[in-house]
Amino acid sequence: MAGKVLEIRAMSASSTPAPGIRSAPVVAKLIDTSACIGCKACEVACQEWNDLPPETTVQIGTYQTMPDTTPSFWNLIKFNEHETDDGAFHWLLRKDQCMHCADPGCLKACPAPGAIVQYNNGIVDFQQDNCIGCGYCIAGCPFNVPKMSRQTKKVYKCTLCVDRVSVGLEPACIKACPTNCLTFGTKEVLLQKAKSRVAQLQTAGFLDAAVYDPPGVSGTGVVSILAFGKNPEAYGLPKDPSVSFAVEIWKGPLKWIGNIAIVGGIIGTFVHYLRFGPKHVPEDDKAKQADAGR
Amino acid sequence: MTNGWTDIANADVVLAMGGNPAENHPVGFRFAMEAKRNRNAKLVVVDPRYQRTAAVSDKFVQIRAGSDVAFLGGLINYALTHNRIQEDYVKLYTNATFLVKEGYAFDETTGLFSGWDKDKKAYTDKSTWAYDIDPKTGFANVDETMQDPRCVFQLMKKFYARYTPAMVSSICGCSPQDLEKAAEIVTSTYLPNKVGTIMYALGWTHHSFSVQLIHAAAMLQLLLGNIGMPGGGLNALRGHSNIQGGTDCGMAYHNICGYIAIQKADQAKFEDYLNAVRPKPLRPGVMNFMANYDRFVVSQYKAYYGKNATQENDFGFNLHPKLPVGAAPGTYQNWSWAYMFDHMYEGQMDGLFSFGMNPVCNGPHSRKAIAALSKLKWLVVAENFETETAAFWSERVLWLNGGKPEDVKTEVFLLPAANFAEKDGSFTNSARWIAWKYKALDPPGDAKPDQEIIARIFLKVRELYQKEGGKYPDPVLALNWWYTSPNKPALEEVAKEINGWAITDVMDEKDPKVVAVKAGDQLGKFLDARADGSTLSGNWLYIGSYTQAGNLTQRRNGADPSGLGRYSEWAFNWPANRRVMYNRCSADATGQPWDPTRADIKWNGNKWIGDVPDYKPDSPPEAGMGAFIMNPEGVARLFVPGQFVEGPWTEHYEPMESPVQNPLHPDGQSSNPAAKPFKTQWDKLGKPDEYPIVATTYRLTEHFHYWTKNNPYNLQEQPEFFVEIPEELAAEKGIKSTQYVRVTSARGSIVGKAMVTRRIKPMTIAGKKVYQIGMPIHWGFFGAGDQEGSIANLVTHSVVDPNSFAPEYKGFLVKLEKA
Repeated sequence: MAGKVLEIRAMSASSTPAPGIRSAPVVAKLIDTSACIGCKACEVACQEWNDLPPETTVQIGTYQTMPDTTPSFWNLIKFNEHETDDGAFHWLLRKDQCMHCADPGCLKACPAPGAIVQYNNGIVDFQQDNCIGCGYCIAGCPFNVPKMSRQTKKVYKCTLCVDRVSVGLEPACIKACPTNCLTFGTKEVLLQKAKSRVAQLQTAGFLDAAVYDPPGVSGTGVVSILAFGKNPEAYGLPKDPSVSFAVEIWKGPLKWIGNIAIVGGIIGTFVHYLRFGPKHVPEDDKAKQADAGR
Repeated sequence: MTNGWTDIANADVVLAMGGNPAENHPVGFRFAMEAKRNRNAKLVVVDPRYQRTAAVSDKFVQIRAGSDVAFLGGLINYALTHNRIQEDYVKLYTNATFLVKEGYAFDETTGLFSGWDKDKKAYTDKSTWAYDIDPKTGFANVDETMQDPRCVFQLMKKFYARYTPAMVSSICGCSPQDLEKAAEIVTSTYLPNKVGTIMYALGWTHHSFSVQLIHAAAMLQLLLGNIGMPGGGLNALRGHSNIQGGTDCGMAYHNICGYIAIQKADQAKFEDYLNAVRPKPLRPGVMNFMANYDRFVVSQYKAYYGKNATQENDFGFNLHPKLPVGAAPGTYQNWSWAYMFDHMYEGQMDGLFSFGMNPVCNGPHSRKAIAALSKLKWLVVAENFETETAAFWSERVLWLNGGKPEDVKTEVFLLPAANFAEKDGSFTNSARWIAWKYKALDPPGDAKPDQEIIARIFLKVRELYQKEGGKYPDPVLALNWWYTSPNKPALEEVAKEINGWAITDVMDEKDPKVVAVKAGDQLGKFLDARADGSTLSGNWLYIGSYTQAGNLTQRRNGADPSGLGRYSEWAFNWPANRRVMYNRCSADATGQPWDPTRADIKWNGNKWIGDVPDYKPDSPPEAGMGAFIMNPEGVARLFVPGQFVEGPWTEHYEPMESPVQNPLHPDGQSSNPAAKPFKTQWDKLGKPDEYPIVATTYRLTEHFHYWTKNNPYNLQEQPEFFVEIPEELAAEKGIKSTQYVRVTSARGSIVGKAMVTRRIKPMTIAGKKVYQIGMPIHWGFFGAGDQEGSIANLVTHSVVDPNSFAPEYKGFLVKLEKA
């Protein structure tokens, strides 16, 4: 896949610059939650395109297929019941999946070289052959998206259908969506579209309607329109997500402190050697060892 | 649908009621979302539950299952009292101006119309449900000012004045404010340049008053001037890919193809039949298109019997099956679904062919269905999978009725059938678009397409009749089985035959020397069909679908020069490739569109242009031909003169099982006076003191009927049967989500997981606190995953609407307890 390598913008745990030399516009998926009917066509389209086996589920007291995404179920419609202050009832339906953050916490947290890459079109992709199964990406994700497989001990999530997108097709979920609540394109164009839809929702009485494109992760490749934009928690979204402090510290200052400590240790050892020479074992000790050997 | 799926995008207001389009028609629902997105259309959802359509609505109103007529009556009353009607339209295109016959009356205390026989408890005399006819001309008298107290408009105002917001609230359980808010949005389309559509489905047709319910919706749309307009209409959403095609092609017992009435046993001659069915004009200048009945019937007989249909034998009138007369004089036997199972249970049937049907699950009252099937000598099921019906005799299913497999004498044949993707043919969708489809893959194993199974059975039966004779072998021996491969008729050939062709040269009716259609050529238009035996056509409605230009159902031209989503060269749209029915109403008296931005047709001085006109193409507006060319009165019927069995107006009647007495006439008639329960030991109805909860049944997006329970992906999406229960009711009973509960009606009981929800609220009905619960269908005994036999229809009853004979699957009584 030399071709794809030329598109890699960032790579986990890599000390050298990413190899991407091609340029590409940043792509995005726009989810208009106010137009989602929760039909779940996207759920099955995702599985079918990615050849993922059906999951065994049970009825859990809701229309939602299962409580959360799994290693082989990457796209889940969340059904949240919400009552506004005026007593009006709303069923908030939101497609839950990898957000493809511009500043991906998973990639930052990942210690395995090349296990997580970000392409220059913004897609964040897991390369399971490089994954060491440490699970740091799970801790690094502010949206609780990556899921570890018990069988393979590797982590999986939505690929934004990178295989389809790279040959000019839209992701499978977009193709399956019957109400066009899902659209795909360049982020720039979609943000414009999102703005005008938000204005329309505001005119229709949803005064808090807003675009969810959180700055804490430098924006996302999956952008949502929320009718109750001031209350993303009602949709099961964090209000102000960011890459976790631990990951930032660990992969930022701590990483350098660690590196300095390691390098310092090596230098110290070398200096110690130069200053004191090799360690000599006293004769008494040699005799004791010989006795013990008998 | 009077209009079509793509046309819904032209609406300013969408009323989704008696249907849950986002849930059950998610692909077509995209056009409602387009209307919202592109036109700022308002979506009003009225339903017993807050469901998927409600999730994207602008206004949701919860009503009690089975109270829809009252709600629509409230909307009609609001339109009439607030003067939010399109008056010019109403005068031009409805029978609002017609005078009603002296003697017609409605008693508000009893809730009954004139003609009711107290002792017989039936309408024995419907003669007063009629227009005031001028004896000299035979035409109906009218009052163009609509002031005469006997005119339809004044009678209507009086009739619906009782449907006040307070009364509607008392019946439906919604607040009066909710009704008024919904009414304000819905009736905003009374302006000529505002259009609203109604999307409905089985939530309206599954009641003991379903036809009248749809009549009420039609009245509302006519008052608002929405019928015939792009973005308007009254749109029935069909629940299967080809159920429209099935209905078009004579699926129901009382029709032959093209909604042609079935012949009756007491009609000795073809002439007797024609006199009974062919209407006479009721106003001057009307087209009265169904005066052409004979052309279509004769052409259909010619398709059935070919050379054996001759002028001498009335074109095979006596070869064709006739509906037997009923027990009471002037009545005929009923062989609709619920009646058929009743007859079966009473031992009147030897055998049943069940193709693509699973009566144990999909019919009402599963236990009665099992008891009825047990009385058969033989049962043939053609299916993709083993079904509850094919295995009704097995211990797994039969325990429901307490019988033993060895006691069932029915011989059952399960024939493996190809599914929809394993055969070609056509689908006719809700929008009446007949679209050809192509086989995607071969059927597995020995599975055969339906037409091959039917052909092989038919040829064998014919052979037996040839050898052995029989009571009346003539129809079977006379059948025109002309197909190139008799064993496997090509559907391309069947499609050709459904459209029909000229057997001999068909001469022009204006100039008999000119050949209109050459012998052997396909017919191009309705009036190419002849009553003299020179044409054949399997279904007159489909004429134009397969012409000399080829199979037009295969067209896939996505061009839309109209800009209104008409797509006139995509597939074929019956009738005559017309996209919007009754489209003469989209223009005013002078032939100019009410709304120039939504012009379906207009008069250009010489002819009607735009969509295919639902009108004589060259009849000028000033000639005043009625806009409803199929009706002998030339206009739409607000007042229905005798066609429906329970009255000329739609009155709210309670469901057969109701928690309350009808609040409109608490001391009078509560339920539909014409709906009659069956009398077998299985047909029990419950009383509210024992069964206090209103229940309703429905489908889910994740499944298709009882079929996808065999598919692990569908099961993953909705794995188990469940019961939706309001939080307050669950709290009262100590039920928590996912705990097992038992739902019991007078017919049976089922167990399922509780889904405790805020999406259904308790209601106050006639001063009484009433809860309702909901149950999806889709599960049974066979399939992948955990099938626990929770067939929702174990608790439904089989009382039917007396016009359409659809069972009341929605709005019945149950009790609920922890399992």
